[in-house]
Amino acid sequence: MSRKLSMIQAISEALDQKLADDNRVMLLGEDIGVNGGVFRATEGLFEKYGRERIVDTPLAEAGIIGSAIGLGMNGMIPVVEIQFLAFIYPGFEQIVSHAARMRYRTRGQYHVPMVIRTPFGAGIRGPELHSESVESFFAHVPGLKVVVPSTPFDAKGLLISAIEDPDPVIFLEPTKLYRAFKEEVPEELYRVPIGKARVIREGSHLSIFAWGAMIRVAEEAAQQLERERGWLCEVVDLRSISPLDRDAILASVKKTGRALVVHEAHKTAGMGAEIISIINDEALLYLKAPVKRVTGYDVPVPQFAIEDDYLPTVARVKQGIVETIQY
Amino acid sequence: MTDFYQVLDPKGQLLEDTRNQISEETMLKMYGNMVIVRAFDRKSIHLQRQGRMGTYAPFEGQEASQVGSAMALLPGDWLFPTYRDHAASIVHGQSMTRVFLYWMGHMDGSISPSDRHIMPPCVPIATQMVHAVGTAWASKRKGEPHVSLAYFGDGAGSEGDFHEALNMAGVFKTPTIFFCQNNGYAISVPFSQQSASRTVAQRASAYDIPGVRIDGNDIFAVWLTVKAAMERATAGLGPTLIEAVTYRYGAHTTADDPKKYRDQERLAEEWRSERDPVQRLKVYLEQSGLWNEWKETALQTKVAEQIEAALIEAESYPKSQAADMFKHVYEVPSWMVEEQQKDAIVPEGKRGVLA
Repeated sequence: MSRKLSMIQAISEALDQKLADDNRVMLLGEDIGVNGGVFRATEGLFEKYGRERIVDTPLAEAGIIGSAIGLGMNGMIPVVEIQFLAFIYPGFEQIVSHAARMRYRTRGQYHVPMVIRTPFGAGIRGPELHSESVESFFAHVPGLKVVVPSTPFDAKGLLISAIEDPDPVIFLEPTKLYRAFKEEVPEELYRVPIGKARVIREGSHLSIFAWGAMIRVAEEAAQQLERERGWLCEVVDLRSISPLDRDAILASVKKTGRALVVHEAHKTAGMGAEIISIINDEALLYLKAPVKRVTGYDVPVPQFAIEDDYLPTVARVKQGIVETIQY
Repeated sequence: MTDFYQVLDPKGQLLEDTRNQISEETMLKMYGNMVIVRAFDRKSIHLQRQGRMGTYAPFEGQEASQVGSAMALLPGDWLFPTYRDHAASIVHGQSMTRVFLYWMGHMDGSISPSDRHIMPPCVPIATQMVHAVGTAWASKRKGEPHVSLAYFGDGAGSEGDFHEALNMAGVFKTPTIFFCQNNGYAISVPFSQQSASRTVAQRASAYDIPGVRIDGNDIFAVWLTVKAAMERATAGLGPTLIEAVTYRYGAHTTADDPKKYRDQERLAEEWRSERDPVQRLKVYLEQSGLWNEWKETALQTKVAEQIEAALIEAESYPKSQAADMFKHVYEVPSWMVEEQQKDAIVPEGKRGVLA
């Protein structure tokens, strides 16, 4: 059985079902209890599972993430909510120096089966520092996994996989997509594997690699160019930023011979560079044109009055496609 | 210095009668442990000087703090040491062999004995304090009567994680013991410059948890205070902050020169001759008829043999291999790790075009 859910509802359902399924699962975060989370991802869970498992924490990101590390090492499965991605920095040291390394430095004796969920990305008219996309900070750290859903179905399945994963997973939720649309989501517990991309639109002229909120932008651009010029662009939702699904990237590029990466993160040292590097290593001779990047600019994410000018738009993506195909 | 809790004064005199609380057997064990860890510490410095070990952080002077606190713990309790707390790790059950291996840069140097929870030495400052909140919290949730004890220094009190840990432990009443060894210096910066607070312990009052300042060179005071904190913790009353006032005789690490920032010889001599933790217990034991020169000689011989045996074991332990760096990054290796390992581990003379 399935019914239509928004992404936030799908996330909430995944949390609910894992809490019911496994007594070790605990939720920690600011305002996630009585208040149900600032985006309502944990609505109703406090009443259902109580204060021992749905924990309203002090406002202290290092304390939340650090104590979740200890909880995870001692048999719990902590699922942390950080209110916005740009608020994670006080806990950054805990993530990179401890969560990511605990298995390694104890030679497998202790591990941290933690999930850190956090809304990210621009486009919601948020105040300053509510709109960042710094996924590559985390993708750079061995020991972490980084996941970004773009649909309600994937959000539920990926979150369940993340909670069941024995290693720490950074789960980035595109704020803009929380309530953007609904789709059929199965009622039961199911998993979407981490590290596997999904081709959401088949094509033969060019491959677009994207994730999160940029998927909809990429799809729209692809649809318009099909109508306008008859070009068929393949859109690949990478879903996992770390590890990247190299096989899916290569299979698509080998088929189309052209590629474009779209991400809202800053261009320099963004994941686009890594994707191009994978193509360079293994599919260079399949290319008919250089791989282009359409990304956020190398400036701080601006105030919301001009955030749409910062973000890759359908027009910018279309221009990138045209330039690549007509190279 | 009367602003701290002291039981055994520097001259080896008991200030209160604790004979019904600390058995003779425990006192003898305290002494034996302090003697062996001090010898271990000195041996380690020698090994570093000889090039047989990497940079090493010595703790001589702080034996009572570390041995007394770790001896108070029970086998199921979690220990979170810093890079200067190998005495505590050894007393809680870590082998000297492993500690040697750690400082020799071996990948297996921080593996805990399987029947203990001894964390690897924490290198960043104060970050382990929040872990000890988490493990204690989990023990409480599981209904297990274990405490988590985190060591840290006076400098750690300036870090945000210190305050977040104390605050969260207070809110959730976790069975955590925060054990500060205030040895007066964070590498070179004296405590007077570290903070305008007169003590570390007084900060507990901001979080409404007990804060106790004790003579960290008095092993009886240390042991009794940690025992009391354990009772509170396992009774569900929450954390305790303990500030043990002590002194490191030597350098911050073997790469440090304390003469640059303090009157090293005078201060070390002063602490050594007037407040040494090992000597004062020895005096007390001798005066109580529990110790004599014959026992001392036997102990010193045994200690030297044990350290030598641990060293031989460490130096003959299988060397770390390049392949070890690729293990335990994830439970299931990522394709990147798998591939890079294949690339890194190439038999002699088989490296691609160079073959």
